[in-house]
Amino acid sequence: MKKYLTYFKIRLIRGLQYRVAAYAGMATQFAWGFMEIFAFSAFYRSNPSAFPMEFSALSSYIWLQQAFLALYMLWFLDMEILEQISSGNIAYEMIRPIALYPLWFLKNLSLRISKAILRCFPILLVTFFLPKPYGLALPSSLTTLLLFLASAALSLMVVVAFTMFVYIFSFYTLNSAGIRLVILSATELLTGAVIPLPFFPEKIRMILELLPFAAMQNIPFRIYSGNLMGPVIVQALLLQVFWAIVLIALGSWWLNKILRYIIIQGG
Amino acid sequence: MKLYWKYFAIHLKSQLQYKVSFLLMILGQFLSTFSAFIGLYFMMQRFHQVEGFSYQEVLLCFAVVSLAFSLAECFARGFDTFSTMIGNGEFDRILVRPRHEIFQVLASKIEFSRIGRLLQSLFILLVVIIKTPYLWCFDKGLTILLMILGGTVVFSALFLIYAGLCFFTTDGLEFINIFTDGGREFGRYPLSIYGDSILKFFTYIVPLALFQYYPLLYLTGRSNQPLYIFFPCLSGLFLFPAYLIWKTGLKRYQSTGS
Repeated sequence: MKKYLTYFKIRLIRGLQYRVAAYAGMATQFAWGFMEIFAFSAFYRSNPSAFPMEFSALSSYIWLQQAFLALYMLWFLDMEILEQISSGNIAYEMIRPIALYPLWFLKNLSLRISKAILRCFPILLVTFFLPKPYGLALPSSLTTLLLFLASAALSLMVVVAFTMFVYIFSFYTLNSAGIRLVILSATELLTGAVIPLPFFPEKIRMILELLPFAAMQNIPFRIYSGNLMGPVIVQALLLQVFWAIVLIALGSWWLNKILRYIIIQGG
Repeated sequence: MKLYWKYFAIHLKSQLQYKVSFLLMILGQFLSTFSAFIGLYFMMQRFHQVEGFSYQEVLLCFAVVSLAFSLAECFARGFDTFSTMIGNGEFDRILVRPRHEIFQVLASKIEFSRIGRLLQSLFILLVVIIKTPYLWCFDKGLTILLMILGGTVVFSALFLIYAGLCFFTTDGLEFINIFTDGGREFGRYPLSIYGDSILKFFTYIVPLALFQYYPLLYLTGRSNQPLYIFFPCLSGLFLFPAYLIWKTGLKRYQSTGS
Protein backbone atom coordinates (compact mmCIF):
# COMPACT_ATOMS: atom_id res chain seq x y z
CA MET A 1 0.00 0.00 0.00
CA LYS A 2 2.82 2.33 0.93
CA LYS A 3 4.49 2.14 -2.46
CA TYR A 4 1.26 3.14 -4.19
CA LEU A 5 0.89 6.13 -1.91
CA THR A 6 4.46 7.16 -2.67
CA TYR A 7 3.74 7.07 -6.39
CA PHE A 8 0.63 9.11 -5.78
CA LYS A 9 2.59 11.69 -3.82
CA ILE A 10 5.42 11.97 -6.36
CA ARG A 11 3.03 12.58 -9.21
CA LEU A 12 1.02 15.05 -7.18
CA ILE A 13 4.07 17.15 -6.36
CA ARG A 14 5.31 16.99 -9.94
CA GLY A 15 1.96 18.10 -11.27
CA LEU A 16 1.97 21.11 -8.97
CA GLN A 17 5.13 22.45 -10.64
CA TYR A 18 3.53 23.86 -13.77
CA ARG A 19 2.13 27.06 -12.35
CA VAL A 20 2.35 29.45 -15.31
CA ALA A 21 0.58 26.96 -17.53
CA ALA A 22 -2.12 26.76 -14.88
CA TYR A 23 -2.63 30.52 -14.85
CA ALA A 24 -2.87 30.67 -18.63
CA GLY A 25 -5.33 27.80 -18.51
CA MET A 26 -7.41 29.58 -15.91
CA ALA A 27 -7.78 32.68 -18.06
CA THR A 28 -9.01 30.47 -20.87
CA GLN A 29 -11.51 28.80 -18.59
CA PHE A 30 -12.90 32.09 -17.35
CA ALA A 31 -13.49 33.31 -20.87
CA TRP A 32 -14.97 29.97 -21.84
CA GLY A 33 -17.32 29.91 -18.87
CA PHE A 34 -18.55 33.42 -19.62
CA MET A 35 -19.27 32.61 -23.25
CA GLU A 36 -21.23 29.49 -22.22
CA ILE A 37 -23.28 31.48 -19.74
CA PHE A 38 -23.97 34.25 -22.28
CA ALA A 39 -25.19 31.66 -24.78
CA PHE A 40 -27.49 30.01 -22.26
CA SER A 41 -28.82 33.36 -21.12
CA ALA A 42 -29.74 34.19 -24.72
CA PHE A 43 -31.78 30.99 -24.80
CA TYR A 44 -33.26 31.87 -21.44
CA ARG A 45 -34.39 35.28 -22.71
CA SER A 46 -35.89 33.68 -25.82
CA ASN A 47 -38.10 31.32 -23.85
CA PRO A 48 -37.73 31.25 -20.04
CA SER A 49 -40.46 28.65 -19.54
CA ALA A 50 -38.58 26.05 -21.58
CA PHE A 51 -35.52 26.34 -19.37
CA PRO A 52 -35.25 23.03 -17.47
CA MET A 53 -33.35 24.31 -14.44
CA GLU A 54 -32.96 27.51 -12.46
CA PHE A 55 -30.64 29.91 -14.27
CA SER A 56 -28.45 30.31 -11.19
CA ALA A 57 -28.21 26.51 -10.97
CA LEU A 58 -26.98 26.45 -14.56
CA SER A 59 -24.37 29.12 -13.78
CA SER A 60 -23.13 27.09 -10.83
CA TYR A 61 -23.03 24.00 -13.05
CA ILE A 62 -20.90 25.76 -15.66
CA TRP A 63 -18.48 27.33 -13.20
CA LEU A 64 -17.99 24.04 -11.38
CA GLN A 65 -17.38 22.45 -14.75
CA GLN A 66 -14.70 25.02 -15.55
CA ALA A 67 -13.13 24.90 -12.09
CA PHE A 68 -12.92 21.11 -12.05
CA LEU A 69 -12.19 20.67 -15.74
CA ALA A 70 -9.06 18.67 -15.00
CA LEU A 71 -10.94 16.30 -12.70
CA TYR A 72 -13.76 15.28 -14.98
CA MET A 73 -12.81 15.86 -18.61
CA LEU A 74 -12.37 12.48 -20.21
CA TRP A 75 -9.73 13.60 -22.71
CA PHE A 76 -7.35 14.39 -19.91
CA LEU A 77 -5.01 11.40 -20.16
CA ASP A 78 -1.59 10.44 -18.91
CA MET A 79 0.56 10.70 -22.05
CA GLU A 80 3.37 8.85 -20.30
CA ILE A 81 1.31 5.69 -20.01
CA LEU A 82 0.25 5.88 -23.67
CA GLU A 83 3.88 6.39 -24.60
CA GLN A 84 4.90 3.35 -22.57
CA ILE A 85 2.33 1.22 -24.29
CA SER A 86 3.27 2.23 -27.82
CA SER A 87 7.05 2.22 -27.30
CA GLY A 88 7.18 -1.04 -25.38
CA ASN A 89 8.70 0.55 -22.31
CA ILE A 90 5.85 -0.99 -20.46
CA ALA A 91 8.19 -3.97 -20.06
CA TYR A 92 10.04 -2.03 -17.37
CA GLU A 93 6.82 -1.46 -15.52
CA MET A 94 5.90 -5.10 -15.74
CA ILE A 95 9.07 -6.41 -14.09
CA ARG A 96 8.42 -4.30 -11.02
CA PRO A 97 6.58 -6.07 -8.21
CA ILE A 98 3.62 -3.72 -8.46
CA ALA A 99 0.23 -4.44 -9.93
CA LEU A 100 -0.28 -2.21 -12.94
CA TYR A 101 -3.97 -1.45 -12.65
CA PRO A 102 -3.87 0.21 -9.22
CA LEU A 103 -0.63 1.95 -10.15
CA TRP A 104 -2.06 3.51 -13.28
CA PHE A 105 -5.28 4.30 -11.48
CA LEU A 106 -3.42 6.25 -8.82
CA LYS A 107 -1.17 7.96 -11.37
CA ASN A 108 -4.23 9.26 -13.19
CA LEU A 109 -5.88 10.22 -9.95
CA SER A 110 -2.90 12.26 -8.78
CA LEU A 111 -2.42 13.85 -12.19
CA ARG A 112 -6.00 15.05 -12.23
CA ILE A 113 -6.03 16.18 -8.61
CA SER A 114 -2.80 18.15 -8.91
CA LYS A 115 -4.03 19.98 -12.01
CA ALA A 116 -7.36 20.70 -10.39
CA ILE A 117 -5.86 22.02 -7.14
CA LEU A 118 -3.86 24.63 -9.05
CA ARG A 119 -6.80 25.80 -11.08
CA CYS A 120 -9.96 25.40 -9.05
CA PHE A 121 -9.54 27.79 -6.12
CA PRO A 122 -9.08 31.07 -8.01
CA ILE A 123 -11.98 30.20 -10.31
CA LEU A 124 -14.26 29.22 -7.42
CA LEU A 125 -13.30 32.32 -5.47
CA VAL A 126 -13.81 34.84 -8.25
CA THR A 127 -17.06 33.33 -9.49
CA PHE A 128 -18.53 33.49 -5.97
CA PHE A 129 -18.42 37.26 -6.26
CA LEU A 130 -20.04 37.58 -9.67
CA PRO A 131 -23.49 39.24 -9.76
CA LYS A 132 -26.41 37.08 -8.82
CA PRO A 133 -27.70 34.67 -11.47
CA TYR A 134 -24.37 34.55 -13.32
CA GLY A 135 -22.02 33.53 -10.53
CA LEU A 136 -21.42 30.44 -8.47
CA ALA A 137 -24.07 30.27 -5.75
CA LEU A 138 -23.37 28.88 -2.29
CA PRO A 139 -24.85 25.41 -1.72
CA SER A 140 -28.21 25.57 0.01
CA SER A 141 -27.09 23.71 3.14
CA LEU A 142 -24.18 21.96 4.79
CA THR A 143 -25.71 18.60 3.90
CA THR A 144 -25.78 19.55 0.25
CA LEU A 145 -22.15 20.49 0.43
CA LEU A 146 -21.20 17.18 2.06
CA LEU A 147 -23.26 15.21 -0.44
CA PHE A 148 -21.58 17.15 -3.23
CA LEU A 149 -18.13 16.30 -1.91
CA ALA A 150 -18.99 12.60 -1.57
CA SER A 151 -20.44 12.51 -5.04
CA ALA A 152 -17.51 14.47 -6.49
CA ALA A 153 -15.09 11.88 -5.12
CA LEU A 154 -17.17 9.03 -6.54
CA SER A 155 -17.33 10.79 -9.92
CA LEU A 156 -13.58 11.00 -10.02
CA MET A 157 -13.40 7.23 -9.45
CA VAL A 158 -15.83 6.58 -12.29
CA VAL A 159 -13.98 8.95 -14.63
CA VAL A 160 -10.57 7.42 -13.96
CA ALA A 161 -11.97 3.89 -14.15
CA PHE A 162 -13.44 4.78 -17.53
CA THR A 163 -10.24 6.31 -18.90
CA MET A 164 -8.42 3.10 -17.94
CA PHE A 165 -10.31 1.53 -20.82
CA VAL A 166 -8.75 4.05 -23.19
CA TYR A 167 -5.31 2.78 -22.14
CA ILE A 168 -6.52 -0.80 -22.44
CA PHE A 169 -7.81 -0.27 -25.97
CA SER A 170 -4.60 1.39 -27.06
CA PHE A 171 -2.83 -1.95 -26.54
CA TYR A 172 -4.65 -3.14 -29.64
CA THR A 173 -3.52 -0.48 -32.10
CA LEU A 174 -0.14 0.84 -33.21
CA ASN A 175 -1.19 4.46 -33.13
CA SER A 176 -3.63 5.11 -30.34
CA ALA A 177 -4.62 8.62 -31.41
CA GLY A 178 -7.48 7.38 -33.59
CA ILE A 179 -9.11 5.08 -31.08
CA ARG A 180 -8.68 7.69 -28.37
CA LEU A 181 -10.46 10.35 -30.39
CA VAL A 182 -13.33 8.00 -31.24
CA ILE A 183 -13.93 6.94 -27.64
CA LEU A 184 -13.66 10.43 -26.26
CA SER A 185 -15.77 12.26 -28.81
CA ALA A 186 -18.45 9.59 -28.71
CA THR A 187 -18.82 9.91 -24.95
CA GLU A 188 -18.35 13.63 -24.38
CA LEU A 189 -21.94 14.44 -25.20
CA LEU A 190 -23.26 11.70 -22.89
CA THR A 191 -21.47 13.06 -19.83
CA GLY A 192 -23.19 16.41 -20.07
CA ALA A 193 -20.05 18.27 -21.15
CA VAL A 194 -21.65 19.81 -24.24
CA ILE A 195 -24.99 20.69 -22.66
CA PRO A 196 -26.10 19.62 -19.15
CA LEU A 197 -28.27 16.50 -19.18
CA PRO A 198 -31.49 18.31 -18.11
CA PHE A 199 -31.43 20.02 -21.52
CA PHE A 200 -31.82 16.68 -23.31
CA PRO A 201 -35.30 15.54 -24.36
CA GLU A 202 -37.07 13.72 -21.53
CA LYS A 203 -36.97 10.17 -22.92
CA ILE A 204 -33.35 10.26 -24.01
CA ARG A 205 -32.35 11.74 -20.69
CA MET A 206 -34.04 8.95 -18.74
CA ILE A 207 -31.94 6.36 -20.55
CA LEU A 208 -28.76 8.40 -20.35
CA GLU A 209 -29.09 8.84 -16.61
CA LEU A 210 -28.56 5.12 -16.11
CA LEU A 211 -25.30 5.00 -18.06
CA PRO A 212 -21.87 5.34 -16.45
CA PHE A 213 -21.39 8.67 -18.26
CA ALA A 214 -24.15 10.25 -16.22
CA ALA A 215 -22.34 9.06 -13.09
CA MET A 216 -19.48 11.47 -13.85
CA GLN A 217 -19.73 15.29 -13.71
CA ASN A 218 -23.49 15.31 -14.10
CA ILE A 219 -24.38 14.12 -10.58
CA PRO A 220 -22.13 16.19 -8.28
CA PHE A 221 -22.71 19.43 -10.19
CA ARG A 222 -26.45 18.97 -10.08
CA ILE A 223 -26.41 18.09 -6.39
CA TYR A 224 -24.43 21.24 -5.66
CA SER A 225 -26.70 23.51 -7.64
CA GLY A 226 -29.83 22.07 -6.06
CA ASN A 227 -31.12 20.57 -9.28
CA LEU A 228 -31.09 17.10 -7.72
CA MET A 229 -32.84 16.95 -4.35
CA GLY A 230 -34.21 14.51 -1.80
CA PRO A 231 -34.25 10.75 -2.31
CA VAL A 232 -33.05 11.11 -5.91
CA ILE A 233 -29.64 11.96 -4.51
CA VAL A 234 -29.36 8.63 -2.72
CA GLN A 235 -30.29 6.87 -5.93
CA ALA A 236 -27.70 8.85 -7.85
CA LEU A 237 -24.96 8.09 -5.32
CA LEU A 238 -25.79 4.39 -5.45
CA LEU A 239 -25.56 4.52 -9.23
CA GLN A 240 -22.12 6.06 -8.93
CA VAL A 241 -20.94 3.37 -6.51
CA PHE A 242 -22.34 0.70 -8.81
CA TRP A 243 -20.56 2.01 -11.91
CA ALA A 244 -17.30 2.63 -10.08
CA ILE A 245 -17.21 -0.98 -8.89
CA VAL A 246 -18.24 -2.44 -12.25
CA LEU A 247 -15.78 -0.37 -14.27
CA ILE A 248 -12.88 -1.01 -11.92
CA ALA A 249 -13.57 -4.75 -11.78
CA LEU A 250 -13.93 -5.06 -15.54
CA GLY A 251 -10.91 -2.87 -16.22
CA SER A 252 -8.54 -4.68 -13.92
CA TRP A 253 -9.68 -8.07 -15.22
CA TRP A 254 -9.17 -6.96 -18.80
CA LEU A 255 -5.79 -5.38 -18.19
CA ASN A 256 -4.54 -8.51 -16.44
CA LYS A 257 -5.72 -10.61 -19.33
CA ILE A 258 -3.82 -8.45 -21.79
CA LEU A 259 -0.68 -8.41 -19.71
CA ARG A 260 -0.64 -12.19 -19.62
CA TYR A 261 -0.54 -12.48 -23.41
CA ILE A 262 1.22 -9.28 -24.39
CA ILE A 263 4.18 -9.59 -26.76
CA ILE A 264 6.70 -6.80 -26.67
CA GLN A 265 8.87 -6.38 -29.73
CA GLY A 266 12.52 -6.13 -28.83
CA GLY A 267 14.42 -2.95 -29.53
CA MET B 1 2.27 25.85 -56.20
CA LYS B 2 3.45 22.75 -58.00
CA LEU B 3 5.66 21.97 -55.06
CA TYR B 4 2.69 22.29 -52.73
CA TRP B 5 0.77 19.66 -54.67
CA LYS B 6 3.75 17.39 -54.41
CA TYR B 7 3.73 17.80 -50.64
CA PHE B 8 -0.03 17.30 -50.74
CA ALA B 9 0.31 13.96 -52.50
CA ILE B 10 3.07 12.79 -50.17
CA HIS B 11 1.04 13.65 -47.07
CA LEU B 12 -1.99 11.88 -48.46
CA LYS B 13 -0.02 8.75 -49.23
CA SER B 14 1.74 8.68 -45.89
CA GLN B 15 -1.47 9.14 -43.91
CA LEU B 16 -3.15 6.40 -45.89
CA GLN B 17 -0.43 3.98 -44.82
CA TYR B 18 -2.03 3.48 -41.42
CA LYS B 19 -5.47 2.76 -42.74
CA VAL B 20 -7.21 1.76 -39.54
CA SER B 21 -5.81 4.66 -37.60
CA PHE B 22 -6.68 7.08 -40.41
CA LEU B 23 -10.25 5.84 -40.59
CA LEU B 24 -10.59 6.03 -36.82
CA MET B 25 -9.35 9.63 -36.89
CA ILE B 26 -11.94 10.49 -39.51
CA LEU B 27 -14.62 8.78 -37.46
CA GLY B 28 -13.49 10.61 -34.34
CA GLN B 29 -13.58 13.98 -36.10
CA PHE B 30 -17.00 13.11 -37.39
CA LEU B 31 -18.27 12.18 -33.94
CA SER B 32 -16.94 15.29 -32.26
CA THR B 33 -18.71 17.51 -34.78
CA PHE B 34 -21.76 15.33 -34.50
CA SER B 35 -21.98 15.75 -30.74
CA ALA B 36 -21.75 19.52 -31.16
CA PHE B 37 -24.55 19.26 -33.69
CA ILE B 38 -26.70 17.10 -31.41
CA GLY B 39 -26.17 19.58 -28.58
CA LEU B 40 -27.37 22.38 -30.86
CA TYR B 41 -30.27 20.30 -32.12
CA PHE B 42 -31.56 19.56 -28.62
CA MET B 43 -31.26 23.20 -27.62
CA MET B 44 -33.18 24.37 -30.67
CA GLN B 45 -35.81 21.64 -30.21
CA ARG B 46 -36.44 22.90 -26.74
CA PHE B 47 -36.35 26.62 -27.40
CA HIS B 48 -37.32 26.79 -31.12
CA GLN B 49 -35.47 30.05 -31.60
CA VAL B 50 -32.69 32.07 -30.05
CA GLU B 51 -32.84 35.86 -30.15
CA GLY B 52 -35.10 35.61 -33.18
CA PHE B 53 -32.91 33.23 -35.14
CA SER B 54 -34.65 30.06 -36.25
CA TYR B 55 -33.23 26.53 -36.28
CA GLN B 56 -32.40 26.65 -39.99
CA GLU B 57 -30.61 29.97 -39.61
CA VAL B 58 -28.56 28.79 -36.67
CA LEU B 59 -27.74 25.63 -38.58
CA LEU B 60 -26.47 27.75 -41.47
CA CYS B 61 -24.15 29.47 -39.04
CA PHE B 62 -22.99 26.20 -37.56
CA ALA B 63 -22.28 24.63 -40.95
CA VAL B 64 -20.35 27.61 -42.32
CA VAL B 65 -18.20 28.05 -39.22
CA SER B 66 -17.38 24.40 -38.84
CA LEU B 67 -16.66 24.08 -42.57
CA ALA B 68 -14.29 27.04 -42.44
CA PHE B 69 -12.66 25.70 -39.30
CA SER B 70 -12.06 22.25 -40.74
CA LEU B 71 -10.56 23.72 -43.92
CA ALA B 72 -8.25 25.92 -41.89
CA GLU B 73 -7.28 23.06 -39.63
CA CYS B 74 -6.64 20.79 -42.58
CA PHE B 75 -4.30 23.17 -44.38
CA ALA B 76 -2.86 25.38 -41.63
CA ARG B 77 -2.30 22.60 -39.13
CA GLY B 78 1.46 23.17 -39.40
CA PHE B 79 1.03 26.41 -37.44
CA ASP B 80 -1.15 24.74 -34.87
CA THR B 81 1.62 22.28 -34.01
CA PHE B 82 4.36 24.84 -34.46
CA SER B 83 5.58 24.68 -30.86
CA THR B 84 6.84 21.13 -31.44
CA MET B 85 8.59 22.32 -34.58
CA ILE B 86 10.49 24.94 -32.61
CA GLY B 87 11.03 22.59 -29.71
CA ASN B 88 12.71 19.83 -31.71
CA GLY B 89 14.76 22.10 -33.96
CA GLU B 90 12.85 21.21 -37.11
CA PHE B 91 12.35 24.91 -37.79
CA ASP B 92 16.13 25.45 -38.16
CA ARG B 93 16.09 23.08 -41.09
CA ILE B 94 13.29 25.06 -42.65
CA LEU B 95 15.23 28.30 -42.36
CA VAL B 96 18.16 27.02 -44.40
CA ARG B 97 16.00 25.85 -47.31
CA PRO B 98 15.50 28.20 -50.27
CA ARG B 99 11.74 28.57 -49.95
CA HIS B 100 9.57 30.97 -47.98
CA GLU B 101 9.27 29.76 -44.40
CA ILE B 102 5.50 30.23 -44.24
CA PHE B 103 5.12 28.07 -47.32
CA GLN B 104 7.23 25.35 -45.77
CA VAL B 105 5.39 25.36 -42.47
CA LEU B 106 2.11 25.19 -44.35
CA ALA B 107 3.35 22.29 -46.43
CA SER B 108 4.88 20.47 -43.48
CA LYS B 109 1.54 19.20 -42.32
CA ILE B 110 -1.76 18.57 -44.01
CA GLU B 111 -4.33 16.89 -41.85
CA PHE B 112 -6.63 14.86 -44.08
CA SER B 113 -8.57 13.34 -41.22
CA ARG B 114 -10.41 16.66 -40.92
CA ILE B 115 -12.50 15.40 -43.80
CA GLY B 116 -14.73 13.78 -41.17
CA ARG B 117 -15.71 17.20 -39.91
CA LEU B 118 -15.69 18.75 -43.36
CA LEU B 119 -18.06 16.33 -45.05
CA GLN B 120 -20.54 16.50 -42.22
CA SER B 121 -20.63 20.30 -42.24
CA LEU B 122 -20.94 20.29 -46.00
CA PHE B 123 -23.85 17.87 -45.74
CA ILE B 124 -25.63 20.02 -43.17
CA LEU B 125 -25.03 23.11 -45.29
CA LEU B 126 -26.48 21.44 -48.39
CA VAL B 127 -29.55 20.23 -46.50
CA VAL B 128 -30.17 23.73 -45.18
CA ILE B 129 -29.76 25.25 -48.64
CA ILE B 130 -32.15 22.73 -50.18
CA LYS B 131 -34.73 23.36 -47.47
CA THR B 132 -34.66 27.15 -47.70
CA PRO B 133 -35.63 28.30 -51.22
CA TYR B 134 -34.85 31.95 -50.52
CA LEU B 135 -31.16 31.06 -50.66
CA TRP B 136 -31.41 29.94 -54.27
CA CYS B 137 -30.03 32.93 -56.07
CA PHE B 138 -26.64 34.06 -57.23
CA ASP B 139 -25.91 36.73 -54.63
CA LYS B 140 -26.83 34.51 -51.68
CA GLY B 141 -24.76 31.65 -53.06
CA LEU B 142 -21.85 34.04 -53.44
CA THR B 143 -22.36 35.21 -49.86
CA ILE B 144 -22.15 31.66 -48.51
CA LEU B 145 -19.04 30.96 -50.53
CA LEU B 146 -17.36 34.15 -49.30
CA MET B 147 -18.37 33.35 -45.73
CA ILE B 148 -16.62 29.99 -45.92
CA LEU B 149 -13.51 31.46 -47.55
CA GLY B 150 -13.39 34.39 -45.12
CA GLY B 151 -13.75 32.01 -42.21
CA THR B 152 -10.95 29.81 -43.45
CA VAL B 153 -8.70 32.86 -43.74
CA VAL B 154 -9.55 34.15 -40.24
CA PHE B 155 -9.01 30.78 -38.58
CA SER B 156 -5.73 30.31 -40.51
CA ALA B 157 -4.62 33.77 -39.40
CA LEU B 158 -5.38 32.80 -35.81
CA PHE B 159 -3.22 29.71 -36.20
CA LEU B 160 -0.50 31.94 -37.66
CA ILE B 161 -0.70 34.24 -34.64
CA TYR B 162 -0.52 31.24 -32.37
CA ALA B 163 2.63 30.09 -34.15
CA GLY B 164 4.08 33.60 -34.15
CA LEU B 165 3.65 33.81 -30.39
CA CYS B 166 5.55 30.54 -30.04
CA PHE B 167 8.70 32.46 -31.03
CA PHE B 168 8.37 34.42 -27.81
CA THR B 169 7.26 31.68 -25.48
CA THR B 170 8.69 28.49 -27.06
CA ASP B 171 5.66 26.63 -25.75
CA GLY B 172 2.18 27.10 -27.16
CA LEU B 173 -0.16 29.53 -25.49
CA GLU B 174 -3.35 27.89 -24.38
CA PHE B 175 -5.14 31.22 -24.38
CA ILE B 176 -5.43 31.44 -28.15
CA ASN B 177 -7.71 28.37 -27.99
CA ILE B 178 -10.48 30.71 -26.94
CA PHE B 179 -10.49 32.12 -30.45
CA THR B 180 -9.76 28.97 -32.46
CA ASP B 181 -11.61 26.15 -30.70
CA GLY B 182 -13.77 28.73 -28.97
CA GLY B 183 -14.59 30.40 -32.28
CA ARG B 184 -15.72 27.06 -33.60
CA GLU B 185 -17.76 26.22 -30.50
CA PHE B 186 -19.37 29.60 -29.97
CA GLY B 187 -19.67 30.43 -33.65
CA ARG B 188 -22.44 27.84 -33.91
CA TYR B 189 -24.82 30.57 -32.83
CA PRO B 190 -24.93 34.00 -34.45
CA LEU B 191 -22.41 36.07 -32.49
CA SER B 192 -24.99 38.73 -31.65
CA ILE B 193 -26.64 36.48 -29.04
CA TYR B 194 -23.66 36.94 -26.72
CA GLY B 195 -24.40 40.61 -26.28
CA ASP B 196 -23.21 43.85 -27.79
CA SER B 197 -19.72 44.11 -26.38
CA ILE B 198 -18.84 40.55 -27.40
CA LEU B 199 -20.13 41.27 -30.90
CA LYS B 200 -17.99 44.42 -31.09
CA PHE B 201 -14.98 42.47 -29.93
CA PHE B 202 -15.52 39.85 -32.62
CA THR B 203 -16.01 42.58 -35.22
CA TYR B 204 -13.05 44.85 -34.59
CA ILE B 205 -10.45 42.79 -32.72
CA VAL B 206 -10.84 39.19 -33.85
CA PRO B 207 -13.11 39.48 -36.89
CA LEU B 208 -15.16 36.31 -36.57
CA ALA B 209 -18.40 38.28 -36.93
CA LEU B 210 -17.31 39.71 -40.28
CA PHE B 211 -17.70 36.35 -41.96
CA GLN B 212 -20.38 34.95 -39.70
CA TYR B 213 -22.87 37.47 -38.35
CA TYR B 214 -23.09 40.33 -40.88
CA PRO B 215 -23.35 38.19 -44.04
CA LEU B 216 -25.92 36.09 -42.20
CA LEU B 217 -28.05 39.21 -41.75
CA TYR B 218 -28.08 39.60 -45.51
CA LEU B 219 -28.66 35.89 -46.17
CA THR B 220 -31.69 35.72 -43.93
CA GLY B 221 -33.16 38.93 -45.30
CA ARG B 222 -32.76 40.83 -42.03
CA SER B 223 -30.82 43.47 -43.89
CA ASN B 224 -30.84 44.59 -47.50
CA GLN B 225 -27.39 46.09 -47.34
CA PRO B 226 -25.58 44.39 -50.27
CA LEU B 227 -22.24 45.48 -48.83
CA TYR B 228 -22.65 42.74 -46.23
CA ILE B 229 -21.97 40.21 -48.98
CA PHE B 230 -18.38 41.40 -49.12
CA PHE B 231 -17.77 41.75 -45.38
CA PRO B 232 -16.00 38.36 -45.33
CA CYS B 233 -13.36 39.82 -47.68
CA LEU B 234 -12.77 42.53 -45.11
CA SER B 235 -11.92 39.88 -42.55
CA GLY B 236 -8.95 39.02 -44.76
CA LEU B 237 -7.33 42.20 -43.40
CA PHE B 238 -6.78 40.19 -40.24
CA LEU B 239 -3.90 38.48 -42.06
CA PHE B 240 -1.80 41.65 -41.80
CA PRO B 241 -1.48 41.86 -38.01
CA ALA B 242 -1.07 38.09 -37.94
CA TYR B 243 1.77 38.28 -40.44
CA LEU B 244 3.32 41.16 -38.52
CA ILE B 245 3.39 39.11 -35.32
CA TRP B 246 4.94 36.24 -37.21
CA LYS B 247 7.60 38.49 -38.78
CA THR B 248 8.49 40.15 -35.47
CA GLY B 249 8.78 36.77 -33.85
CA LEU B 250 10.88 35.40 -36.67
CA LYS B 251 13.32 38.30 -36.39
CA ARG B 252 14.09 37.54 -32.78
CA TYR B 253 14.07 33.80 -33.21
CA GLN B 254 16.83 31.95 -31.43
CA SER B 255 17.14 28.25 -31.95
CA THR B 256 16.45 26.08 -28.94
CA GLY B 257 19.63 24.33 -29.94
CA SER B 258 18.30 20.81 -30.00
